[in-house]
Amino acid sequence: MAYLIEGETGPWEIVVGLEVHAQVVSNAKLFSGAATAFGADPNSQVSFVDAALPGMLPVINEMCVEQAVRTGLGLKAKINLESVFARKNYFYADLPQGYQISQYEKPLVGEGQVIVDLPDGRSTVVGIERLHVEQDAGKSMHDQHPSKSCIDLNRSGVALMEIVSKPDIRSPDEAGAYLRKLRSILRYLGTCDGNMEEGSMRADVNVSVRKSGEAYRTRCEIKNVNSVRFVMQSIEVEAKRQIDVYESGGTVDQETRLFDPGKGETRSMRSKEHAHDYRYFPDPDLLPLKLKPDFVARIKDTLPELPDEKKDRFVRDYGLSPYDAGVLVVDRASADFFETVAKGRDSKLAANWVMGDFFGALNSTGKTIETSPVSAKNLGELIDLISDGTLSGRLAKDVFALMVETSKAPSVLVEEKGLKQVTDTGAIEAVIDQVMAANADKVAEYRSGKDKLFGFFVGQVMKASQGKANPGVVNDLLKSKLAG
Amino acid sequence: MSDLTHLTIAEAEAGLDKGNFTSVELTKAHLDAMSKRKDLNAYITETPDQALRMAADSDKRRASKQAGLLEGIPLAIKDLFCTEGVQTTAGSHILEGFKPPYESTVTTNLWKQGAVMLGKANLDEFAMGSSNMTSHYGAVKNPWKRSGDAKDLVPGGSSGGSAAAVAACIAMGATGTDTGGSIRQPAAFCGIVGIKPTYGRCSRFGIVAFASSLDQAGPMTRTVKDAAIMLKAMAGHDPKDSTSTPGPTPDFTKAVGQSIKGLRVGVPVEYKPDGLSSEIMAAWDKGLAWLKEAGAEVVEVSLPHTKYALATYYIVAPAEASSNLARYDGVRFGLRVPGNSLDEMYMKTRAEGFGREVRRRILIGTYVLSAGYYDAYYAKAQKLRTLIANDFKQAFQKADVLLTPTAPTPAFAIGENLDDPITMYLNDVFTIPTSLAGLPGLSLPVGLSADGLPLGLQLIGRPFDEETVFKTAAVMEQAASFKRWEAC
Repeated sequence: MAYLIEGETGPWEIVVGLEVHAQVVSNAKLFSGAATAFGADPNSQVSFVDAALPGMLPVINEMCVEQAVRTGLGLKAKINLESVFARKNYFYADLPQGYQISQYEKPLVGEGQVIVDLPDGRSTVVGIERLHVEQDAGKSMHDQHPSKSCIDLNRSGVALMEIVSKPDIRSPDEAGAYLRKLRSILRYLGTCDGNMEEGSMRADVNVSVRKSGEAYRTRCEIKNVNSVRFVMQSIEVEAKRQIDVYESGGTVDQETRLFDPGKGETRSMRSKEHAHDYRYFPDPDLLPLKLKPDFVARIKDTLPELPDEKKDRFVRDYGLSPYDAGVLVVDRASADFFETVAKGRDSKLAANWVMGDFFGALNSTGKTIETSPVSAKNLGELIDLISDGTLSGRLAKDVFALMVETSKAPSVLVEEKGLKQVTDTGAIEAVIDQVMAANADKVAEYRSGKDKLFGFFVGQVMKASQGKANPGVVNDLLKSKLAG
Repeated sequence: MSDLTHLTIAEAEAGLDKGNFTSVELTKAHLDAMSKRKDLNAYITETPDQALRMAADSDKRRASKQAGLLEGIPLAIKDLFCTEGVQTTAGSHILEGFKPPYESTVTTNLWKQGAVMLGKANLDEFAMGSSNMTSHYGAVKNPWKRSGDAKDLVPGGSSGGSAAAVAACIAMGATGTDTGGSIRQPAAFCGIVGIKPTYGRCSRFGIVAFASSLDQAGPMTRTVKDAAIMLKAMAGHDPKDSTSTPGPTPDFTKAVGQSIKGLRVGVPVEYKPDGLSSEIMAAWDKGLAWLKEAGAEVVEVSLPHTKYALATYYIVAPAEASSNLARYDGVRFGLRVPGNSLDEMYMKTRAEGFGREVRRRILIGTYVLSAGYYDAYYAKAQKLRTLIANDFKQAFQKADVLLTPTAPTPAFAIGENLDDPITMYLNDVFTIPTSLAGLPGLSLPVGLSADGLPLGLQLIGRPFDEETVFKTAAVMEQAASFKRWEAC
């Protein structure tokens, strides 16, 4: 089902391409040895190179290159053994060199692809145009002084990967799913923490609209959108704006726009006439980056199992539905958690518990897998207690709630609270007898043909046993006793 | 003890070793001489206290037998090299008062070898110029004068302060940098030896950048041997400069004094344009005759793309400069002229901070890199650069070293040529192709013009073959017996 926006002149299709800036996970900056930790005091992580003092020269950090190559391989992309760093020249207060060292004509990584899983269960492929490596700029702070702006150069020179998609995205949902998938892949690879709140992942969104079957029309670029939700919103808002422009007889100008989530609108930042002429040229301070094939091969050998492969394996080996598998593999921690829980156990039961009660508990407590009060080992143990009949499903839920509260092992909790399921037929018979005696009228009704009352008896017995009676045993015994 | 300033570096090392004098004495002699030659304006910043301190430390090291290659030798440092805690201006107003908190690799290497810093030598602003007239700190005077003429002459540029200091014996040697001829042309104008080594031989770390793909540091001295000693001390791989060449630095001094029997000396036919001064032609012929006498063979070579070299250079160098100089924005260091907005502050700072020549080159560079012009200028210039380098590769199949003039004329008077940038740019016509190809080029004085001014010839070598250049230069130096003390 194509996503179409209905205009006055009929349906419009939207065309979106994303440029994602992903901060490389590395201890040092792209061209200097300065540290990269988030949240440090302003200008505490700045080398003379990052501050662009006279005579300073960039020297490439091999770790950053390795991370970019790893990402390229994770995106099933072509790694270019020779790439070139270029200068992108423009003046801005927080760009100390007066240029950004980036890659232009010869990027490190060429074409690749990302498989995107959509909410409706479909999958689609978004092409990757390129991935190039560049340095980040510093940060201007306008709120520190009544009349002056301050510059924090901590980010200056931090390595970024710009991951440029092809204009293959056709709906806000696809854009959101693409971003989430990309983030998932980057996190699996350990090359970017994908934290949009801290700015380690940001997106520029290119939007155009067209009538079905048409060639691409003029696109507008929405700069620096910093959450998945805002990316999706901005696409919708911008597409509608463009449709309005076309339908009122206007033309869309190629320009850079900003998204204002508060007002729900995009507005012009600079038009084509005011567009920067970046005067790209190869950076003469850096030789072309040449990689040896075995350097790439070595990185390839250390790639982890990525979400797509993991998902296929979960479907194949654990018999999970593609949807369940997809949910579990979104991040490595939950996939690992699930695998620990499922090992040697009923995998569907394991998946249900992980995706149901466990994820629910994380959500409601605001915890992550890393800080979860319930360990994979303990959740596995709980499933074992269900499987061996120690706990009924109902009791298991009570035990789980206590696990969340106390972080204790289920066996300990069962012992402490005496929650063990009762399977002793003698004890259950006694309860049944009690219940039947107390409800003689209902017994008579049942025996005269009112079968529906069976559920009532089960409920009464379970209640009387405080939920500990084994429901299977209760069923069997009730049936024969009621039969008289 | 004024003759202490009339020693070569090699002689001074011998004297210091024998205990004939100390580095403090040697340094004092130079500081005295400097105070007498203030008229030359060779230094922007003099550092007498630091010099005496360094000299005293050097004397201690020598006493404990820890002498380096340049132990105790007083040098002038071109003010393009960042020196820790000492004002570094690049000859520009925009950097006035800037004291780098770091030291360039080349000067670090020199201090490690025991050298003493007398001060920071004057230069064309951001090393852009061939006459030393573009310095914000005033023109440098050439210590030489035409016979019977009191008119002040230019020392050449951009390393004009360095050249004048060495020629006038107010430094035993000096660092220079050469982008299109900025060591060789002033060396020729001032009657001294200057070598631009192979690109990558010396680290560019801490040298204020002009055109990164061309800039290269080198020594300026009064003799070939001194240049070999000093280059050995300056050069070496530097992990802080990605374009610095890995591998050991040869002992260039060993080449000095070696025979050149059987050496093939190439003469590029394209370097004899119509109108080349007959004096320069005569000096060139004389140089070739000396080499033949010493057993070398002279061969004609062709560098067919020479005619494009100047145009290529004046696209590539300003392009890189326009980008390299973008960091002088008034935000972090140096001059800031306030404005009502960020853009206004930039514009005012840069308009006031940069001189005319620098602004001209920034404009040229910005233009040739602009969208729509890139392919017509910059991309084409890069292709020509490759062709020019290939010319030299071909030539070096036939020849081991090339001999050419260094500059088309001897030193000219201050004020001449100033109104005509193109004529000024032509001064580098013989040195620029070598720079574009990244090859080593050495200028040495071979004689005097009819009106008594030094004439220089240039030797060009294969990449990383400075040894052949030094070997050949030493032979010529001996034959020329140039009056090197005339300007002291």
